[in-house]
Amino acid sequence: MEFAELIKTPRVDGVILHRPFMPTVEGTLCLTGHHLILSSRQDNAEELWLLHSNIDSIEKRFVGSLGSIIVKCKDLRVIQLDIPGMEECFNIASSVEALSTLDILSLMYPFFYRPMFEVIEDGWNSFLPEDAFKDLETMTDEWRLSDVNKDCTVCPSYPPLVAVPKDVDDDTLRKVATFRHSGRFPVLSYYHKKNGMVMMRAGQPLTGTNGRRCKEDEKLINATLRPGKRGYIIDTRTINLAQQAKARGGGFESEANYPQWRRIHKAIERSNILQESLIKLVEACNDQSHSMDRWLSKLEASNWQTHVKEILTTACLAAQCIDREGASVLVHGTEGTDSTLQVTSLAQIILDPACRTIRGFQGLVEREWLQAGHPFHHRCAQSAFSNSKPRQEAPVFLLFLDCVWQILRQFPCSFEFSESFLVLVFDHAYASQFGTFLGNSTAERAKLSLPEKTVSLWSWVNRPQELERLTNPLYEANSLVIWPSVAPQSLLLWEGVFLRWNRSSKCLDEAYEEMVHIIEYNKELQNKVNSLRRQLAQLETEDPLLQTLE
Amino acid sequence: MEHIRLPKVENVRLLDRVSPRRSRVGTLYLTATHTIFVENEMKGPDIHVEDCLVCSVEKQAATASGCSLLVRCKNFQVLHFVVPRERECHDVHLSLQRLSQPERCEELYCFSYKPNVDEAERRQEWDFLDLKADYSRMGLPNSLWKFSPVNQHYKVSDTYPADLFVPQSATPPVIVGSSKFRSRGRFPTLSYYSKENHAAICRSSQPLSGFSARCLEDEQMLEAILRSNPRSDFMYVVDTRPKLNAIANRAAGKGYENEDNYSNIKFQFIGIENIHVMRNSQQKMLEVCELRSPSMSDFLEGLESSGWLKHIKAVLDAGIFIAKAVAEEGVSVLVHCSDGWDRTAQVCSVASVLLDPHYRTLRGLMVLIEKDWVSFGHKFSHRCNHLVGDPKEVSPAIDQFLESVWQLMEQFPCAFEFNARFLITIHSHVYSCQYGNFIGNNQRERVELRLRERTHSLWSYLWKNQTDYINPLYRPDHSQTQGLLRPSTAPYCFKSWRGLYNRFDPGMHPRQSVEDYLSAIQEETQQLEEQLASHKQVEKGYKRINSKFLLKKTQSTCSCYRGCTILSDLGLANTPQDYTGCFVTSSPCQPKAPDGSLVLLTQDSNLSNGSDQESGIADVSCRSPLSEDSTRDPDSDEAAYSAA
Repeated sequence: MEFAELIKTPRVDGVILHRPFMPTVEGTLCLTGHHLILSSRQDNAEELWLLHSNIDSIEKRFVGSLGSIIVKCKDLRVIQLDIPGMEECFNIASSVEALSTLDILSLMYPFFYRPMFEVIEDGWNSFLPEDAFKDLETMTDEWRLSDVNKDCTVCPSYPPLVAVPKDVDDDTLRKVATFRHSGRFPVLSYYHKKNGMVMMRAGQPLTGTNGRRCKEDEKLINATLRPGKRGYIIDTRTINLAQQAKARGGGFESEANYPQWRRIHKAIERSNILQESLIKLVEACNDQSHSMDRWLSKLEASNWQTHVKEILTTACLAAQCIDREGASVLVHGTEGTDSTLQVTSLAQIILDPACRTIRGFQGLVEREWLQAGHPFHHRCAQSAFSNSKPRQEAPVFLLFLDCVWQILRQFPCSFEFSESFLVLVFDHAYASQFGTFLGNSTAERAKLSLPEKTVSLWSWVNRPQELERLTNPLYEANSLVIWPSVAPQSLLLWEGVFLRWNRSSKCLDEAYEEMVHIIEYNKELQNKVNSLRRQLAQLETEDPLLQTLE
Repeated sequence: MEHIRLPKVENVRLLDRVSPRRSRVGTLYLTATHTIFVENEMKGPDIHVEDCLVCSVEKQAATASGCSLLVRCKNFQVLHFVVPRERECHDVHLSLQRLSQPERCEELYCFSYKPNVDEAERRQEWDFLDLKADYSRMGLPNSLWKFSPVNQHYKVSDTYPADLFVPQSATPPVIVGSSKFRSRGRFPTLSYYSKENHAAICRSSQPLSGFSARCLEDEQMLEAILRSNPRSDFMYVVDTRPKLNAIANRAAGKGYENEDNYSNIKFQFIGIENIHVMRNSQQKMLEVCELRSPSMSDFLEGLESSGWLKHIKAVLDAGIFIAKAVAEEGVSVLVHCSDGWDRTAQVCSVASVLLDPHYRTLRGLMVLIEKDWVSFGHKFSHRCNHLVGDPKEVSPAIDQFLESVWQLMEQFPCAFEFNARFLITIHSHVYSCQYGNFIGNNQRERVELRLRERTHSLWSYLWKNQTDYINPLYRPDHSQTQGLLRPSTAPYCFKSWRGLYNRFDPGMHPRQSVEDYLSAIQEETQQLEEQLASHKQVEKGYKRINSKFLLKKTQSTCSCYRGCTILSDLGLANTPQDYTGCFVTSSPCQPKAPDGSLVLLTQDSNLSNGSDQESGIADVSCRSPLSEDSTRDPDSDEAAYSAA
């Protein structure tokens, strides 16, 4: 297929671009296979480059012969393009519509994008499971790296290599896989160096209504317990939902069969409910009625903040079990690819200072989201403006980032990265020139040859000039566990994402610059004082008069 | 002290509001000025609460463990004591109730507050702020506005200050005539004057217009105000009440200006609700903030139904209207409500903050409060309930002003010289009665009470401690600092001010403060600058002999600041909360787990039985050590871990 077939009108002159809080731009609109471009064709004037894959929905409006299209993006931006001429407007709209809903992965922009920068380190090789395991081996010898899933048949959503208890062999793993949803047998998610406790994750056990059991499953998870110790199973669903799951072949670990484990049910919502929340929240943020009652009631009705609170609370609970109770934890929901990953990854942010660095956070996203088989392609296919009925779309990952932002707000000096890094990761998860978030699993990514054919987001991020932009100037390494507050008063709306395009950020940006300035000036002075001090010390040793005076 | 039935009670338990496990046992002392709780074995810091700050005392039914006493304070602290014997509880209850509601002004704390300051210094405290100096800063008097002695001895309006500025063309008969046509004689007078474009903000009370009455002098007075702005051919008259309220007032012979009777005025209603609505709204909002383990919906629904942020938005919107009229249109504005001492004070002072960078400085905000609130007769004694009185007179007008300023600070982080701590400290002392500034309802009462002779002034205390109140992001030459502020009042720009209303729940606040961090860095920077200067001198060779000495000195003073701030924060950082709230509730009075361990383990029985309890829906919580001073929880074991 040729993109040209989809582009009915490649170019229109005299198009006017309207964006909130920015001056209007008049220029030429061009459509390419992957971009919508608006250029005023003047020197040093800003151009708009919009990836078609970033476009969530498009609306047409006609007033006389002047047509407008309203483009709503996955990064939540809304822009308006006034296009002279009905036909042009109609053509542009239908072309953009076709291009932005193209669901053929191999035609996505990352396959066409060639980096304009020097790749210092290939991000595709930066966070391999075997490297992560080498770090684990320096701390413990109780785990091994199994390649039971090397051809991704035991569990299609797992990577070829997973960490499992040393004493459990591959045959056992194969049996356990048949007892867990989508073959997601329990694997190591996190090892807590301080006390040797672990966090594992899995899919739900397939007990069904007649209480099927699997000795191998019990053996596997018991292998992670210290003698005489008990562990916690955190089921991210309410007990009612977990009960209902039995009718569909799922279920939960019964006490009778898992006497060494305590089960705690939490109430993290399922993906379709989260998607509805996102749509309602964004609708509220874009409501210009300016009535306080209406805003607060819409914010409340969206339930978004409720999800943030519940996810964060569950993650804190998991972290508390590990760090405070000295107990190991197994986390699962239904499939083990959504709420499970929210909990395991956030718990690591709380427990492990390494995850609060820029590189550590990339590693966490790789391990706990990409390699752990969060279906990014399905979840991020549409965002808040989609008119089509949601299928598998859900802001699961965005909620994770929101929770990280909440912790960052509460511990502003304990993260190496700033808010802008989180926003960047959000943007790229939904639309990107990089291949990192394409596909639903490691297997799919390998099949598409993404590491060979596309550039990794991390290749771009891990260059000095980008790192500098994303670094938190306040950062001072903090080796402690950080316990966030989950009180409603402590949880705020993530303005950097949800109000990013709805308000002028000038004053807040200036405040940030001022903060950077204060810190940099301090560093500069420190350097000056130190070098002067060295000079003086030298003068002193060279000066015999002073020495005699001493 | 005849009001204290029981000066001391032992074995009183002080419950933590969020997690009852963390209670403290100690002795409660009642004194004429303070209520003091001293923990046994000196584990935690003592808690001192000025008796004047106590807002309500509620005695609950006795239980086996004792009798509960809930003490709510005007600074939003809530103390939950359990007194062993009901008799004692009863006595404490009655004593505190009496102590917190003095009958005579002389009983207020400011008359017995005697810091170690000599008389000459004390007098100087009161000279620290000079309102006349602020008027001359505005360029007054000039050819358009003059100082008027008409209200000397408070003869024209007993609730106005003695010193006032009026239009050059306003003669005493006009002023007196106008005052007779205004509630409480509060005739139109100057609040703010812009020397750039001559536009002014004037304030008054409502006219006694009824259905048809008019007053020639009052019309002349407005004419004079209009003429004092030579470049403008009309002026705004802003009635800050909802239209219905103003219309209702006409039946009582009051009301609002008829545009037909006044030449060249544009009349405008801005609906800010009255003191009763505001009092109830704050009450509801505080109930929401006080909820134990609320869900997100509980909180947001409660916040909405309290209407509090809607009212804050209304005050700010009104301020913006006036500030824009003055700065952008160059048009003068007359502002009034009913009596002109609540909403009018709010709106005039918010407009001044928006208009004039001076009022965004430490000294400027103090002058502004002194001018638009204290001198113009905001009834602090009634509104803050300093003395036993009519509860219907109480209203949080000044709270709303301080919060409006805080909301602006959130939008313009570099525009204000002071930080939120400054606002919170002012709030606290408006109610504490420790200083004489906010005693009485107007200037006349304060003169009669001889407050300047007998008490101390808050302003000079704040000024002396200004380093605590400086916003590190403020620079006088920053672009945000200049000119008119144009805030957004889209509803999502308003936040709930947990720093004030949940001030005593430190668990809810960020565990690391960017502001404190930056302040520490700035302090260090300052030291470095000094060192650099001295090093350079040494280098020049002026004092080569001393260089070794200097070197030693500088090496020891450097770079210990940041470490301190961060560490103190981490004491808290390393304390987990009850993320298992629902389990706790089943046994609220459970003894404190010795090692602060998870409640889960001590409650094995119903954990995995699939009960409703297990599904654990919302569970918030944050611990809240009781004293505002405590930076870490005394009974947490985490301190040990943080050291490790």
